[in-house]
Amino acid sequence: MSYTIFRTFQFHPFLLYPTSILKPRNRFFFSTTTKATQTKVPTSTQSKKLDKIPKDYEAVIGIETHVQLSTLTKAFCSCPYSYGSFPNSSICPVCMGLPGALPVLNSKVIEFAVKLGLALKCNLAFNSKFDRKQYFYPDLPKGYQISQFDVPIAAAGFLDVDIPLEFGGGHKRFGITRVHMEEDAGKLMHAENGNFSRVDLNRAGVPLLEIVSEPDMRNGIEASEYAAELQRLVRYLGVSNGNMQEGSLRCDVNVSVRPIGQSKFGTKVEVKNLNSFASMSRAIDFEISRQVLLHSQGQEDQIVQETRLWEEGSQRTITMRKKEGLADYRYFPEPDLPSVILSQEYVDAIQNCLPELPEEKRRRYEKMGLGMQDVLFLANDKNIAEFFDATLAKGADAKLVANWIMSDIAAFMKNEKLTINNIKLTPEELSELIGSIKGGIISGKIGKEILFELLAKGGSVKELIEKKDLVQIADPVEIEKMVDKVIAENPKQVEQYRGGKTKLQGFFAGQVMKVSKGKANPGLLNKILLVKLNSKS
Amino acid sequence: MKMLSTLQTPRSTLSRFSIPSTITTFTSHSQNLPQASITTQSPTTSQPQSQILSIRHSLLSRNLSAVDLVRSHLTRLRLTEPHLRSFLHLPDDQTLISQAHDLDRRIAAGEDVGPLAGVLVAVKDNICTADMPSTGGSRILENYRPPFDATAVKRVRELGGIVVGKTNMDEFGMGSTTEASAFQVTANPWDVSRVPGGSSGGSAAAVSARQCVVSLGSDTGGSVRQPASFCGVVGLKPTYGRVSRFGLMAYASSLDAIGCFGSSVADTGILLHAIAGHDRFDATSSKQEVPNFLSHFDSASSFESKPLKGLRVGLIRETIEDGVEAGVVSTIRAAASHFEELGCTVNEVSLPPFSLGLPAYYILALSESSSNLSRYDGIRYGNQVYAEELGSLYGDSRAKGLGSEVKMRILMGTYALSAGYYDAYYKRAQQVRTIIRNSFKEALDQYDILISPAAPSAAYKIGEKKNDPLAMYAGDIMTVNVNLAGLPALVLPCGFIENGTAGLPVGLQMIGAAFHEGELLRVGHIFEQTLENGRFVPPIVADSVE
Repeated sequence: MSYTIFRTFQFHPFLLYPTSILKPRNRFFFSTTTKATQTKVPTSTQSKKLDKIPKDYEAVIGIETHVQLSTLTKAFCSCPYSYGSFPNSSICPVCMGLPGALPVLNSKVIEFAVKLGLALKCNLAFNSKFDRKQYFYPDLPKGYQISQFDVPIAAAGFLDVDIPLEFGGGHKRFGITRVHMEEDAGKLMHAENGNFSRVDLNRAGVPLLEIVSEPDMRNGIEASEYAAELQRLVRYLGVSNGNMQEGSLRCDVNVSVRPIGQSKFGTKVEVKNLNSFASMSRAIDFEISRQVLLHSQGQEDQIVQETRLWEEGSQRTITMRKKEGLADYRYFPEPDLPSVILSQEYVDAIQNCLPELPEEKRRRYEKMGLGMQDVLFLANDKNIAEFFDATLAKGADAKLVANWIMSDIAAFMKNEKLTINNIKLTPEELSELIGSIKGGIISGKIGKEILFELLAKGGSVKELIEKKDLVQIADPVEIEKMVDKVIAENPKQVEQYRGGKTKLQGFFAGQVMKVSKGKANPGLLNKILLVKLNSKS
Repeated sequence: MKMLSTLQTPRSTLSRFSIPSTITTFTSHSQNLPQASITTQSPTTSQPQSQILSIRHSLLSRNLSAVDLVRSHLTRLRLTEPHLRSFLHLPDDQTLISQAHDLDRRIAAGEDVGPLAGVLVAVKDNICTADMPSTGGSRILENYRPPFDATAVKRVRELGGIVVGKTNMDEFGMGSTTEASAFQVTANPWDVSRVPGGSSGGSAAAVSARQCVVSLGSDTGGSVRQPASFCGVVGLKPTYGRVSRFGLMAYASSLDAIGCFGSSVADTGILLHAIAGHDRFDATSSKQEVPNFLSHFDSASSFESKPLKGLRVGLIRETIEDGVEAGVVSTIRAAASHFEELGCTVNEVSLPPFSLGLPAYYILALSESSSNLSRYDGIRYGNQVYAEELGSLYGDSRAKGLGSEVKMRILMGTYALSAGYYDAYYKRAQQVRTIIRNSFKEALDQYDILISPAAPSAAYKIGEKKNDPLAMYAGDIMTVNVNLAGLPALVLPCGFIENGTAGLPVGLQMIGAAFHEGELLRVGHIFEQTLENGRFVPPIVADSVE
């Protein structure tokens, strides 16, 4: 159903004032910094004590992640959603919450939820339901959010993460408490003068999966690696673009600190406005040190349950709102939607179609004998991993392919700001190239030259070799001729070499290579060269 | 649609309804009331006849033009409306007449016209219509015009029905008299000092006073059946899910059903057939096949002496005990005797959890309504109050826009769902609902239909219970259990209570198994066609109709 004209739709300006009571807990803010109250923490004190942290205290971190699903239409109506479209251009009576409009579930939402639930090794609820979470806010058209409360579609799973070597390495398993389906809210746009706000309902009703982790993380790196792995996972599964900048993947973290040895959790603080993994990691580490500092000064009572905002500019967290008791969302089962019943066949069909997941890929690459750095690099990006796998499938050697991708190809993509999907080089040709070098048809040096041509313009390795006459010279007679020529042309250096300055071998090799236009087989060249130089004829 | 094909051969269908083959154009004896040329009633018959079928017959046999038909209806409507105030919105005459013109043109061109062609349908104001305001009887939606037709309205129009206007109701369906309407109180056509019932009071009064042919209402706890009883018309609350709720402003989503009013069982069945069936815009609408409800109807002349032989009828004992007016009880007992005369076996049956229905209903309905009415916040549509900050914007808009009954119900529902009370109220009420559902199921295994009064009394005076909400809520005892169980129920007038100068109609409620509307309609039709003095036409229009 798509309605383009709404006689009844009006933009009502209204004043926005600090409305903490009305504001939901799990809401993501795009720019609310001006409305937050600042807590002054002297920066100097903060940084001075930073080093002392880890010894006596431990941080406990749990993460709530909202993933926007890349379904063609919204969760409960047939409006499409695309980020950045003109305000209120993708709305209908259902997602506007008009009187009499009813939600009808998009079956893709269930499919994606089951996919992610299986990938996170969760237990699925074969009989779950939707509930209404009720609160008032202008970006919430119905006055309630359709969500899942006591029976989430998936629960009790885990996510395996490899911590990068530069952060100490190691394999970690983080628990997943639950995964549930819900709908997104719209967005408020505040006038610059602060006199009124407008509501954009394009995002209202877009399907989300909320993934709640166990409080298993202990520092900023672990937390951001967990989030990065989740992003990788949703991208591998194709359920979301996982884009943090556009808000397709949003993380709220809960941080508390306790003395080592204490089993009771400290008071937790929620940190929001984390727009990248880097800021997530920094925000958490800042928050940990802030809380540890208070602990170490005997002021742990100043750690209160609150929501704090990460300020990218000043690199610190500030108080956004203090908790005023527990909000009561008056959850009750959504009567407009039937229960969500999964059949074993349905789940099995999805299970059987799951792609190879990042963790499985990494373990496979590891078994091939690749180093962890290679493994992480290749498995990090689904497209690179696919490119890598496709090249292997053509028979190339894993180690060599990894080296090519991680060095020259990665450098090229970085310089040209390209992704692996829009370079001209195909896995077939990369495999061919590596094979040609290994088989001695071309030299490694020539190979590199060809590579850049393939990356930028495409074409086939065979054609390029043929066209440019780049086939390696591996005929000893021909190389011997060139060596003789170089020796004859540089008598002075020959004398020096034979006088003991053997370092000059490199000079001769370079000269011969030049004469061969780079095509001489380096091994053969050096072998013949040595024989010639060392023979005192 | 099966019925469509049946109705497109009007003569064969009509013969089964014993409608006179020549339509008598009626000339009024009354000075005040207009010529009712649409009246098809043969003066000799005392039973209600299908207006829809006779309209179809008149139009297709070219005895009457749609324009004449609409004009005469409008004339009566204009004359009666000041006394009754059934409508919140009436389009100007020209809008309706031009629709009638269009219909005449199509009939003249030999085009197929739908089974509701030329039928004036009134629509309760909480059912969305794209060309008319839809306020739900609330100030907060004053002048609100939806951008779409409710599915039920869309289907009515697709089959040729003409929407004659939007009828008055208690605000968002919350009331039993129309006194909780933000705009006006509708009067009962039988006695204008009395309430028509509610919340679909406007729709019931409009059919009763022949301001329209049939009408749509909504029934959450009895809002179709109780006003049908008070106004002496046929009212049908279908099985939950039988009719799409898309476009019905939600009161209590798990209980709401769009229902039908007619002056005969046949008309009510034809209207139900038009609007029933799965709708992809309502996830709770059923995919159950919609049978041709009228295919088992027989004409009265062909009835055997015991046309309902073998039918097992259970009279719900709890509905004829204390708290029910004696006149109502005796009328219902007479109806039970009539069933016996028709060949049924009638026994009293007890539904022990019956009395639990009222509190369970009010907890569930108000809990859901507190949530459903959250969208009326003045942000996107409806009346918004200027405020300095967001909290007041919400508070003031709702304080000004919503009536006191609605506010009270929102507060009670909010309370029942609040942390710490949920288990004690909402959850227990759901458990009671299951018990009630099972109890009905058991009873309907033993009996083909269950009968009861539709209300514990006949229509009472305007203002009589306005300040006694508990007495008003208690009046829903006969009907709420049916909504909790999601079952279909048909109410039809079965007699009168003597009350002062004029009698007041009493409605009989017949409850059937889920999706057995066809059986209810068949039994109801036989009951209606065989009942002595079975025509219920209020004095205000009797002259023009008789």
